[in-house]
Amino acid sequence: MNHTRVATVWLDGCSGCHMSLLDLDERVLDLADRIELVYSPLVDSKEFPEDVSITLVEGAVSTSDDAEKIRLIRERTTLLVSLGDCAVTANIPAMRNRFSVEAVLERAYVHNAAIGGQVPGIEVPRLLKRSRPVHEFVDVDRFLPGCPPPPEAIFNLMSELLDGRPTGSSIITRFGA
Amino acid sequence: MERTIVIDPVTRIEGHGRVSIFLDENGDVCDARLHVTQFRGFEKLCEGRPYYEMPSLTQRICGICPIIHSIASAKACDQILGVRVPDPAVKLRRLINCAQIIQSHAVSFFHLSLPDLILGMDYDRTKRNLFGVVERYPSIARDGIRLRSIGQETIKALAGKRIHPAWVVPGGVNEPLDSEDIDQVMSPLPEAMTIVRRTLDWFKNSLEEHREEIRFFANFPSMFMGLVNDLGNLEFIDGKLRLIDYKGDIVADSVQPERYADYIGESVKPWSYLKAPYYKPLGPEEGMYRVGPAARLNIVDGCGTPLADQEWAEFRSLGRGPALSSFYNHYARLIEILYAVETMEMLLNDPDIRSPHVRAVAQPNYEEGIGVVEAPRGTLVHHYKVDEHGLVTWANLIVATGNNELAMNRGIMQTAKRFLNGKDISEGMLNRVEAVIRAFDPCLSCSTHQVGETITSIRLLGPDGEVLSEAGPS
Ligand code: SF4
Repeated sequence: MNHTRVATVWLDGCSGCHMSLLDLDERVLDLADRIELVYSPLVDSKEFPEDVSITLVEGAVSTSDDAEKIRLIRERTTLLVSLGDCAVTANIPAMRNRFSVEAVLERAYVHNAAIGGQVPGIEVPRLLKRSRPVHEFVDVDRFLPGCPPPPEAIFNLMSELLDGRPTGSSIITRFGA
Repeated sequence: MERTIVIDPVTRIEGHGRVSIFLDENGDVCDARLHVTQFRGFEKLCEGRPYYEMPSLTQRICGICPIIHSIASAKACDQILGVRVPDPAVKLRRLINCAQIIQSHAVSFFHLSLPDLILGMDYDRTKRNLFGVVERYPSIARDGIRLRSIGQETIKALAGKRIHPAWVVPGGVNEPLDSEDIDQVMSPLPEAMTIVRRTLDWFKNSLEEHREEIRFFANFPSMFMGLVNDLGNLEFIDGKLRLIDYKGDIVADSVQPERYADYIGESVKPWSYLKAPYYKPLGPEEGMYRVGPAARLNIVDGCGTPLADQEWAEFRSLGRGPALSSFYNHYARLIEILYAVETMEMLLNDPDIRSPHVRAVAQPNYEEGIGVVEAPRGTLVHHYKVDEHGLVTWANLIVATGNNELAMNRGIMQTAKRFLNGKDISEGMLNRVEAVIRAFDPCLSCSTHQVGETITSIRLLGPDGEVLSEAGPS
């Protein structure tokens, strides 16, 4: 059987959307029979490959690296899915947007440090001024809201994309679900 | 010539990090660093939010262990209210936390580390993952998927949703259980017990094959820290702090969790968004301690449940003092799953678990609250200050993984020194460096987390940063 090349990525999120994917339990194995997971936090590939059919993106775009990465992913992906509220609306990460980047960093690394208080600046990516949803950076083909989207919704969406016929994934999830 | 090896991103961990290994002019490893390169800002973004939102909000720090964040948060809020949480609610929190331990430890053991443990460190990297395990050892992989699912289903039965439910609240939990819920939680426990005992037997028999990893995966003296109950036994959601030294002697005991800041200081490394806590009296150089499953089994006087106690005794007889190799975290995780299953059985037979008195209600009465718990990965602190309306004005969080920051760096260095030489880099050697990180099961999504800084592979850099060689992608 021809395996569809699928990737999952994780930008500024909590991993809950990936965990919801694992919440398919044994059905993960049914999916695995039909797809090849070419890039994901769950496998050992270091480089986002060319020619990926479907990429599921968890999380908002919060750093210069997230932005760079999502552009490359878009270039190499046929069908890009915003998975979960953080990807769809920037959700939790966006809650920092009402403060300046400096204020947010200083709280953690200067005020709340016993010693050596300083904002890390070497070899760590720069925070964007605001955390923003994926579609503000690149075109997104499908949106699956939920915090996280329930496994049934993810399963339906994947079946839909793999079989090319609608199964109603959107009926069983909503923002904040 | 000095060079740097970069592993980017570290895979099969919960979150994202990058490792730099520095080689001196002879090609020998002279330093190593773990960079955690995403920052989420929870300590600031909580500001201005009402205290009662905190359990739901802060559990979104981590989708793998949201329950324990909600409990730490609710405990801090209990103090802000100034209430004594009804006993049944304490037991219900304990019950749901056991389900979380099963689920979270199962992900770490089966989904993330088993590929290294069973397929081997040098196995084909495109198949060195859960699906590769399914191909070769389907029954073991299915055991892992099933065990995780039992944990998650229990959380759903208790709290209505598998990930980010809103059941644990300030003052207790928001709904009592009915008989149907209890039956639903009870019924898969025998199966969970069978799976964990089978896995423990298999793993103990395979320890011999991992002699090298045991010797070199962060195997060095350090202090260990965790919570214990009044009997000195394993405790996740109440209890007091205990610290021991590498010989097993108690350094501090019965420490009220509210006094955490007298014992733990946080330092900052300019190259990582992960802060590095240390034992304050000894300072940031000497004050390295470890937390997590093996640390907990090292500090306690027992688990407090019959089967886990037997396993604990066997675990403690591995060496003369505390188990010093972080490889043993894998082993300790299985023992803690066993403890969690036994504890759940016990709790479900307690009449209190059906009580309708599950929540104490009050207005905010105090300006400050501190909740300290044992997350699957170790000690977790939520500390809030609020104004007279109960709006958060300040927050400090010490996440479990952070506590291990110093030890993880030491561990990476030790493994790199043993398995790497500057002449040729093999992918399998570098996978061992990643595997020592996996043994700590760091939750970098908790601590902050990132996707590889640049999407790349394994690079060898010269002193000015030029790429000398690349290995291993695709
Ligand atoms: S949408 Fe919710 S579950 Fe998904 S990454 Fe964001 S906070 Fe986590």
